[in-house]
Amino acid sequence: MSDVMIKLENVTYKYESNENEGVVALNGINLSINKGEFVVILGHNGSGKSTLAKLINALIVPTSGKVYVNGMDTQDEENIWHIRRTAGMVFQNPDNQLVATIVEEDVAFGPENLGIHPKEIRKRVNEALTAVEMEEYKDYAPHLLSGGQKQRIAIAGVLAMKPECIILDEPTAMLDPSGRKEVINTIKKLNREENKTIVHITHYMDEAVEADRVIVMEKGNIILEGTPKTVFSQVEKVKQIGLDVPQVTELAYMLRKEGIDIPQNILTIEELVSAL
Amino acid sequence: MIIKVEGLTHIYNPNSPFETKALDNVNLEIAKGEFVGLIGHTGSGKSTLIQHLNGLIKPTSGKVIIDGVDISAEGANLKDIRQKVGLVFQYPEHQLFEETIYKDVAFGPINLGLSEEEVDKRVKEAIELVGLNYDKIKNRSPFELSGGQKRRVAIAGVLAMEPEVLILDEPTAGLDPKGRDEILKQIKKLHQDFNMTIILVSHSMEDIARLVDKIIVMHKGRVSIVGKPKDVFKKADELEELGLGVPQVTYFMRELKKRGKKVRDDIITVEDAKEEILRLLRGNGNA
Ligand SMILES: Nc1ncnc2c1ncn2[C@@H]1O[C@H](COP(=O)(O)OP(=O)(O)OP(=O)(O)O)[C@@H](O)[C@H]1O
Ligand SMILES: Nc1ncnc2c1ncn2[C@@H]1O[C@H](COP(=O)(O)OP(=O)(O)OP(=O)(O)O)[C@@H](O)[C@H]1O
Ligand SMILES: [Mg+2]
Ligand SMILES: [Mg+2]
Repeated sequence: MSDVMIKLENVTYKYESNENEGVVALNGINLSINKGEFVVILGHNGSGKSTLAKLINALIVPTSGKVYVNGMDTQDEENIWHIRRTAGMVFQNPDNQLVATIVEEDVAFGPENLGIHPKEIRKRVNEALTAVEMEEYKDYAPHLLSGGQKQRIAIAGVLAMKPECIILDEPTAMLDPSGRKEVINTIKKLNREENKTIVHITHYMDEAVEADRVIVMEKGNIILEGTPKTVFSQVEKVKQIGLDVPQVTELAYMLRKEGIDIPQNILTIEELVSAL
Repeated sequence: MIIKVEGLTHIYNPNSPFETKALDNVNLEIAKGEFVGLIGHTGSGKSTLIQHLNGLIKPTSGKVIIDGVDISAEGANLKDIRQKVGLVFQYPEHQLFEETIYKDVAFGPINLGLSEEEVDKRVKEAIELVGLNYDKIKNRSPFELSGGQKRRVAIAGVLAMEPEVLILDEPTAGLDPKGRDEILKQIKKLHQDFNMTIILVSHSMEDIARLVDKIIVMHKGRVSIVGKPKDVFKKADELEELGLGVPQVTYFMRELKKRGKKVRDDIITVEDAKEEILRLLRGNGNA
């Protein structure tokens, strides 16, 4: 058993289209993510983040190059079932994920497909719905829920499958601040306590601060990579790329420019308070 | 008042097991040219409320009055209302339906009965306004775009109608930071240049803090707080109880104050925080 959960070797992906010449969404990407690692992926709209996620989940296969999940080649049809069981995915739009007519059944859908014992399924469904604070909606119809509520159900569905690796494509985009905090805490807990590998795609910079590694994509390439400290301390570069830094990082940066003596790598409220 | 909501209650699926009271006696007024931020926890009724404002949903009881016209009344002219009140949906997928991006954005203006030239001009302007490359993208299918690109097209479709009231349901969810800033800047500009009335639904306290004149906080189908951002964001504890929060800089200033620093408690933007801290440090002769 190796330590690597996800490996991309020189991966290119092109969306073919009849009307035009097609879109190259990924351009020769190399990437290796270790087991138990918490990675955040940032980047512009259209930079290839969702395409990357879909490749890892074997929803699409590379135009050229190789994608391995826990050593399994995603191009080999025989592996697909195992790959999806290893790497669970929360989609960018929950509408694409919700399949059943009742919330509880929707969350049970994944574990059922894994052939898990009904009693265990019940337990997992309850735990997952509790984790996203949606227990009271278990008998509801998913399509009648609000935007953020749907997003929570989609997250619960993946939690109930207990995959070793979880890929989340903007899971917090429609959540209120406390919901966002809860989801991030749940992800962190799964990572720290159960050593799950996490690949988290987001546009919220304060969520990226929590990761082991930040990967920045642009036009189908990885253009910047490193710990949150090394990435976000380059405030000017990050802004030039068109991304953002947390508000306290920005404040620290502005104060430094005014000649105030504070460290360059402030990422949290606590760090800035201590520095002043 | 361009918008008046009186005793508005909305019950989804009445008399069924799924009966949900999404709005419970909501009263509010929005003046012409106001820039309002609508915030509230998931499921608090924000989307339900704004869909009443252009007649997409009918009240179970109560009234919605737009520019003096009771649009909840029998026989109200909804075509006029939809021209006046433009609504960008929470999920762009619910808004996009044509086979090309051009046709999608042109749909509203064509329905307004505008000349072909005018439609053409507006479509082009709107697509560029949301930061997309018109020539590159006009003939592509909206369904083959990334999440954030779809959202931009959906926003362009409503901007092209040049409504008097622009309502945006979490327009920046899924946008990258640069896209977010550009689009919010355009919205602010529409507000300033044309005195457009804007209602912005958002979960980003940071965006709300730097843009709006007035905040309306929803909680469980009711309006629970109304006020200026500076006043509303002083109530951090109360907002947290409602599932919300305050901008990160506001939390930071609160923390400084807790540790005994004499700083103002109404700071909601990074700019203001900088000024306040410089005042504090320089006032003390430390810098
Ligand atoms: N089904 C599709 N057909 C054709 N092109 C597509 C399709 N899906 C995505 N693309 C294109 O591929 C590129 C990468 O898209 P992708 O969805 O991976 O971006 P993303 O980084 O996830 O963006 P976002 O932040 O907006 O979600 C974009 O240029 C997009 O327009
Ligand atoms: N079509 C529907 N049928 C039944 N109930 C609904 C429907 N749409 C929404 N609801 C319910 O009405 C309540 C208010 O939903 P609404 O979509 O207005 O919330 P919201 O404030 O926009 O939430 P979010 O921030 O998650 O988008 C929620 O409890 C939701 O489950
Ligand atoms: Mg995406
Ligand atoms: Mg909503």
